[in-house]
Formats: sequence, structure tokens, C-alpha cells
Amino acid sequence: MARVEQRRIGMMGDEAVAYAIKQVEPDVVAAYPITPQTIIVERFSDYVADGLVRTEFVAIESEHSALSACVGAAAAGARAFTATASQGLALMWEILYIASSMRLPIVMVIVNRALSAPINIHCDHSDAMGARDSGWIQLFCENCQEAYDTAIQAWRIAEHPDVQLPVMVCLDGFVVSHTLEDIEVLPDEVVKEFVGERPLVRVMGHEGEVPYRLDPTGREPLSMGTFAMYDLYFEYKRQQEEAMRAALKVIEEVGREYGELTGRYYGLIDQYKLEDAEVAIVGLGSSMGTAKDAADELRDEGIRAGVLRIRSFRPFPTETVREALKGVKTVAVMDRALSFGGPAGPLMMDMATVFYGLKEGPTMLNYIYGLGGRDISTDDFKAVAQDALRAAEEGVEGLPVKFVGVRE
Amino acid sequence: MSSSLPGWKELPMGGVAFRPSTDIKTGEWRLGFRPVVKEEKCVGCAMCVVLCPDMAMGLGEEGKAQVNYDYCKGCGICARECPYGAIEMVPE
Amino acid sequence: MLHEGVRTCSGCGASLIAKLVLKAARKPVVVVSATGCLEVATSILPYTSWKVPWIHNAFENAAATASGVEAAYKALAKKGLIKEVPDIVVLAGDGGTYDIGFQSLSGALERGHDFLYVLYDNEAYMNTGIQRSGGTPRYAWTTTCPAGEVLKGKLEAKKPIALIVAEHRIPYVATASPSEPHDLIRKVRRGLEVEGPAFLHVICPCPRGWRFDPSLSVEVARLAVKTCFFPLWECRWEDDDMVLELTGPSKLIAEVPELKLPVEAYLAIQGRFAHLFRPKRMEPLIRQIQADVDANWKLLLRRAGMA
Repeated sequence: MARVEQRRIGMMGDEAVAYAIKQVEPDVVAAYPITPQTIIVERFSDYVADGLVRTEFVAIESEHSALSACVGAAAAGARAFTATASQGLALMWEILYIASSMRLPIVMVIVNRALSAPINIHCDHSDAMGARDSGWIQLFCENCQEAYDTAIQAWRIAEHPDVQLPVMVCLDGFVVSHTLEDIEVLPDEVVKEFVGERPLVRVMGHEGEVPYRLDPTGREPLSMGTFAMYDLYFEYKRQQEEAMRAALKVIEEVGREYGELTGRYYGLIDQYKLEDAEVAIVGLGSSMGTAKDAADELRDEGIRAGVLRIRSFRPFPTETVREALKGVKTVAVMDRALSFGGPAGPLMMDMATVFYGLKEGPTMLNYIYGLGGRDISTDDFKAVAQDALRAAEEGVEGLPVKFVGVRE
Repeated sequence: MSSSLPGWKELPMGGVAFRPSTDIKTGEWRLGFRPVVKEEKCVGCAMCVVLCPDMAMGLGEEGKAQVNYDYCKGCGICARECPYGAIEMVPE
Repeated sequence: MLHEGVRTCSGCGASLIAKLVLKAARKPVVVVSATGCLEVATSILPYTSWKVPWIHNAFENAAATASGVEAAYKALAKKGLIKEVPDIVVLAGDGGTYDIGFQSLSGALERGHDFLYVLYDNEAYMNTGIQRSGGTPRYAWTTTCPAGEVLKGKLEAKKPIALIVAEHRIPYVATASPSEPHDLIRKVRRGLEVEGPAFLHVICPCPRGWRFDPSLSVEVARLAVKTCFFPLWECRWEDDDMVLELTGPSKLIAEVPELKLPVEAYLAIQGRFAHLFRPKRMEPLIRQIQADVDANWKLLLRRAGMA
């Protein structure tokens, strides 16, 4: 596809998501309000009220039911969308596993927010980390533009015949969701053409090969959401894992195709000045933008710093990360969540695995930061990079886990 | 581990069922008694067909009740509910 | 619409009810099941007993799942991607309806999704082995309200679920019994015909959990109706008023009160109430159950304008 003309509109992250979903026009949106996701639901309600979409909007009575309705809608062969945050995602937890195990290509936007208690409405990644192993693809966005772009790409990834998995598009609460940004948007018809209609894969059911849906005519019946014993359950899990692995390639392909259309290319990771870096900051989400500024300032001060932002946290791009950090001696892994009692933060555990068993790998340190919306500045990131370099020089034993910005 | 079941590469996606339950012969569950239709008493009212929880009762060509012993679990509802006393539970 | 080979217990009320409900349908039907006996017994992989499209999601969300299915068909029909919206039937037990699924049911009723919700009420969590639910009647034994030295089964009354649902002012609510299959089928058809949600509460005798011989399943349901323990009625809303009518044997009892049997006739044939009769008769408890039945019956007669 050739590059298309785009418009620039000032929108907050939530609005950008709602706008993208308006353009995609899914068949069913079932959602429940929760700060800082609410604006998505409100804006989309406006589109429904103004007759701008044909979507069936189900203003439902809980997040658990929101995702349950999406499961029903996607099983019926429709495109289904929802959005939530924090406690809402926690309430959905049970159905997360069902949606992915039933291989339903639902798209859900998560506006990352801390988990209670104490109740806190601001950003960290605890909510998404709690869903880490639920079988959903998790794409983390840095800014409003990426949130818009990813909310469009997600459908193509989820519905790819090799994938058939639900996708979470994660954006940071308030920092992205409520921050006004000038973003480029595609014309409606280009988005429509890019996502097309949902292709239905075919499966072999009890009455032969049929499209994967609850057939409204009843002529091609399927039984979905069945009961498996120890003689079959494991095989279905193995299939899901394979679909996750297949998604790595699909995320890149879709990102490339989208790039040709828009000039904005996306992949599994986002690399910033890593080629000659002596120290790299690795992390997720909006604060990696701050980290990039910090890297620039450090370079001005003579420290060759770079940033590796993980966009696809699930599936985790092990090979790509290993390749990107080749030659980087010191790595500061930033976790905006805790795994209480674990050996390190959740991202750090994955990063350690990336280099496990290799003869050579970087010295890695883990930094927990930003819980409950605690701000992190360029100076903080500079201090992190310097701390990591100093530690590496002095020699690091084991896996140090440090806290940034918490009062002692 | 049942070797007759497919491996993960062959299994249909998403856990959909791929065999009808007619493979399960629930008639094997009967505990010593089975319903027998006394054709001379049966008027073909089909009450037993309506009330059988196991889809194991039908009407034969003569319009008389017929038991499918492959699936009849021997609950005895048909015998108890038959308005004409046309079904008897008989030791197997 | 169900294949043979259903793995429910011998004499199961649930598979009988499911069979009757599907028999009543005249349009293509899509079934949504809540977790429970019926769901498990019909879908143990690789097998299924469902000839119709069928989905099970989880325990507490059958109504929400059905909301999504219905919304999806409406949207696909609007776009011309499907020709007709099929009938949608939910099949859920008492646990999935009175208790854990109540919120999702209430929400779906309030939003007015077009489906028929069939509650097969076997009055306890039978799939996990007979534990008390909001649908368990007073003084019934279950494994979590056993009949002990001090406590004699469940102390609380059964939640009046059908009337609670009726107060959502949905187009159609009814109760039914497998002992009155024609009444049940007529009510299923009515429930499918109306625009918007319909609710059918069906008494579902469980030989295993209620402790009676499997051949008695239909007879136990019949006695539930004859004693007015489980009266049969249907209701709709007209001009902001609940129009409730008794049906079948219950209507007859309202007209000829002498036909109403004492509740003991219903209790005495079920092992779950055995502690009320043996080793010694617990007269006050039996009387309390009779009082519950009478009070509920009186309330229904008033609502039906037959008091």
C-alpha cells in the first residue's frame, strides 16, 4: 500500500483510542467505566449517540461481564472490543484465560493503573503484569500516537489465522490517557480497508469442518467452551503457546505494512541509540520517552546511553532483544511493578532469561520505579544509568534489585 | 495417555468438541433393571418419549414405544410415568 | 436437539428439561450454558451432546455471555452479514442464577437483551457434590448445611428468584415443571416469542442430591406443584402493572383449594428432608415449612387476583 494523506488532530490518549475504534467500527463494544479509561467509553458513547458507528454498544454492569459479553460476541463471529484498567482488569482475570483459550480475537485497551490497596488511580504496570500469563498478546505503547496506531493494528494481529488470540493494547494511565498530543490520523476508509472484515478460520467440529463461530442458522453447529480432562487439556495449552510464538512474526509484519501506509513503523521493540551504547535502559511504556531524553543528555555529557523499549511484552521477543543488546555491556532494567517476594521485577525476570546460559551477556541491574503514579524524571533516569555503570565497574554479584524514587 | 486422541498439531482449535456424544453408550450404566414395553398395552401416547432424560425412548414403526438400550440408563421414569402401565422394569 | 450419550446421572431432571426446552424451539437456537451439571455432562471432550450451536463461558456470566452473543447477531444483521437473528436460550442452574450469576443476570435483564433464560433449579450446587445455594429450601440437608445435632439443614428460606426477576419488569416470567411438559413447552415458546428478556424458572429434581429413587424424578416435581411448594404461573407487565396468572394444576388448586396437598407429601419422599421425620418427627420444623409454603402461595394468589 502506498503512503496516504493523514490529518493532524489534538487528542488525549483515551480519545485517540476511541477515535481509532470508531474508525475500525467493531460489531460489539461492551465496556464499563473506570478511571483512567473512562474517556474511551464516553467518547465511544458519543459516536454511538451521534450515529457515527453501527456498533452495538453494551454499557454493561461490570468488567467481568464486559469481557464475558466480548467472549460471547467474538464466539458469535463478531468483532468485539472493550477497555479497562486496574481493578477492572483484575475483576476480568477469570475471563482473560477463557478468552485466550477459546482463541477469540478480542481487542482490549488497558489504561495502566496501580492496583488497590490503598486505592490509587495513577499509573503503574501492576494490572497488566497480573495478566501476563493469561495468554493475551500485550503491546505497550509509549504515547498517544502509538496508542492510536496500535488500536488499529491489534485487529490484524489478533485475527491472523496463525494467531487467533486476544490482544491487550496497554497505555499508561494519565501520562498517556489524559495527555493532549498532536497525532496523525488516517482517513476512515483507509482504516476500514486495513482491518477489513474479520476473517473466520475453519475448524473441524463434531459435524465436520465449519467456520469458527456460533452459526446463527444452526446448520454448522460447534460446541465452544467445553470440558477437557487430563487426556486433552495439555494439548490445547501447547497450541496456545504455538500461537503466541507465531504472533512474533505477525506483529512485525502488521507493523511493517502499517508503516508503509503511514510512515510510522512498529515492531516488537523500539530501539533508541543502542548501536554504540555502553549502557542501555530497558523498559515499557511512556517513561521510556523520558529515558530517551535522559539518554540524549547523558550523551551530551559523554556517556553513550541508549534505550530499548519493549513494545511486545507478550509474546516476549527474546531473540530480538538479545540481538538489540549485542555489545551493550551494562543494562538497567526498569520495572513499574513488583513481583512481591520474587527474585526481581517481572520484566527483569524475563530479561535475565534472555541471556541465561549464554557465555557472554551484559551486566544487568533491576530498578523498581513509578509505583502508583510516582513520577520519574530525566534526572532519575540519568542517575539510574550512572548507577548501573558504576556498579558494573565495581563488579556486580547476583542480581541487584533497587528502588528509584521511594522515600527511605 | 490415550494414543487414539490427536496430538496438539492435529487438534481443532479452541477446544471445540469434535465427536458427537453418541459414542458414549450410557446404556452400560444400567444397574440391573431395564424397561420393557408391553406392546399390547402401549397406545403410542409418547409420554415416555417426552419424559426420558436420555433421548432413549422412541416410537417404533407400529407406533409403539421402543427403548434404545444403547443409551437407556434404566432410571425407570418411563415405567413409572406411563399412563397405561405399558412399561415394566425387568431384571437384566 | 440433544444427542444421546449425555453423561448426566440416571433420572436427571436437568437433561430432561434441556431436552424439552430445545424441543419447544421453532427457529434456529443458540444455547449459552453456565457452568454446572448440564454443561459438564454434555461437553466432556472430545464429545458434545449439543446438536445446536452451544457455548459455555464460566459460572457467573451466562447472562453476560448471552448479551454479547445477542449484540453480535444484531450488529451482524445490521451489516447484512447474517440473514436472521436466531433465538438465544440460556441454561443455568441455581448456583449460576441465584448466587454467583445474579449480578450478570440482573444487568442483562435491565439492558433488555432478547433471550430466554431458563433456570433449572435443583436447589443446590450438585456439580460439586450437593452444597447449599440461595435456591436451597429451608431445612433441606446439603453437605454445607448438614442436618446435625443442633442445626437441622438450611436455616434460611429459598430466595424468591422468579418474583425478583419479575420485578425487573421484563416482558415474560414463568415457572414450570417437567411433570407438566406441555405447559413447559408452551411457556418456552412464549418466552422465545416476546421481544426482550424472558425468564423461565423450572423445578429440577435431582435424585442424587435430593436423595430419592431416579424413577421418581417426575413424580417429585409433580408433588412440588401439587403441594404448592413450587406453584406454576406466568407473568407479564401491562400498564405498569404485574399481570400474574396461575397455570395448569396450580390454577386448579387456586379454584379448588381442597386439592392442595400438605407439603409433607413432598418432603417425605426425599432423603434430604429425612431428618425431619427420623429418628423422631420434628413437628415445628415441618410446620415452619408448611407456613412458608402457605405464605408464598397466599402471596401468589393475591398477585393473581385470586385471594
